[in-house]
Amino acid sequence: MHPIRKKRLTIVLFLVAGLAIAVGLTTYALRQNINLFYDPTEIAAGNAPVDVRIRAGGMVEAGSVVRDTETLKVEFKVTDFSASVPVEYVGILPDLFAEGQGVVAMGRLNNEGVFVADQVLAKHDENYMPPEVADALEKSSKAQNKAADVDKAAETTAY
Amino acid sequence: MWQFFHKLGSPKWFYGIATRFMPWLLASGLLLLVAGIVWGLAFAPKDYLQGNSYRIIFIHVPAAFLAQSIYIMMAFSAVVTLVWRMKLADVFVKAVAPVGLVFTFLSLFTGAVWGKPTWGTWWVWDARLTSMLILLFLYGGVIALDRAINDEKSAARAVAVLVLVGVVNIPIIKYSVDWWNTLHQPATFKLTEKPSMAVEMWVPLVLAILGLYLLFGWLACLRMKTEILIREQRTRWVRDLVLAGGK
Repeated sequence: MHPIRKKRLTIVLFLVAGLAIAVGLTTYALRQNINLFYDPTEIAAGNAPVDVRIRAGGMVEAGSVVRDTETLKVEFKVTDFSASVPVEYVGILPDLFAEGQGVVAMGRLNNEGVFVADQVLAKHDENYMPPEVADALEKSSKAQNKAADVDKAAETTAY
Repeated sequence: MWQFFHKLGSPKWFYGIATRFMPWLLASGLLLLVAGIVWGLAFAPKDYLQGNSYRIIFIHVPAAFLAQSIYIMMAFSAVVTLVWRMKLADVFVKAVAPVGLVFTFLSLFTGAVWGKPTWGTWWVWDARLTSMLILLFLYGGVIALDRAINDEKSAARAVAVLVLVGVVNIPIIKYSVDWWNTLHQPATFKLTEKPSMAVEMWVPLVLAILGLYLLFGWLACLRMKTEILIREQRTRWVRDLVLAGGK
């Protein structure tokens, strides 16, 4: 390669590498601000500020959804399977909201550790499949659980 | 190899090659895109969770893929412009920047339309959506900078530097969903694993993506040819071409 071109190429590579490092360090320093939401573990550990508008995200804990019969009030727990945070919300939930589904709630954490949400967004994962496949998967996982239960039962009855 | 590289730098040579390839790019691109979209919208099964509303993926994902790929191609061209001073590289950047802008807008727009029924919001300032918006502004900036400088050579260098500055954003878009908590879900297509999508869904999606890339190739050739004619209007071969009626 021509020496002038070699020099130019070096300059270009230095430019891109330098920028990448600068942007990398900046985003690393701002990582908490770039995160859209706090996980339940962070909230439970007291890392999330109280009475400041923040977002909390995680899975809706199975069996935790309690709907008020008179109003639109809903209470549920958001979990990341290591900690969970109780959430209160008054309003219409998105269609995809369901137990076991991901949500991101916007609101304030009060002094009792309850997250009072004013907006609840549904989060979905990257898996797409036809309904029949989803049913089949659920059945097979249930069958596995049942098989495991039977094994366990057999073990306990052996004594 | 170097000979081919230098030949590629000749606008006249490229003009001839592009003219020969364009009908094939157009025909194959249209065929694949129409097949993918019709298959995806009408025949692919619906999703277990989102029902029919997931079908916008057949437009959203090809547009978003292309929006980022065009920028990566522009970045490689920018290196060629800065190091080898090849005119054709600058012609490419100038010709495809508006195409990239349109596809970035399309992916943001279809994303918003998809987000409303599934997430419950049109827009959220999460890392994926925000970095994609920055890409839109980068395309806008590249176009504006190019128009703002009259001298062809200075414009080419300034634009190339801007394109290279912006290329840092591409890995941020790609990995934003893995590095930070976002509302946007992680990638369905992964480099190392098979897609987390049923086969009868991802095959039409891949067809639509390939089709759109081929159509982009056709459009890029068309726009580059126009740009070459404008730039080379004083040369003999362009005059001969025009006198011969464009044949």
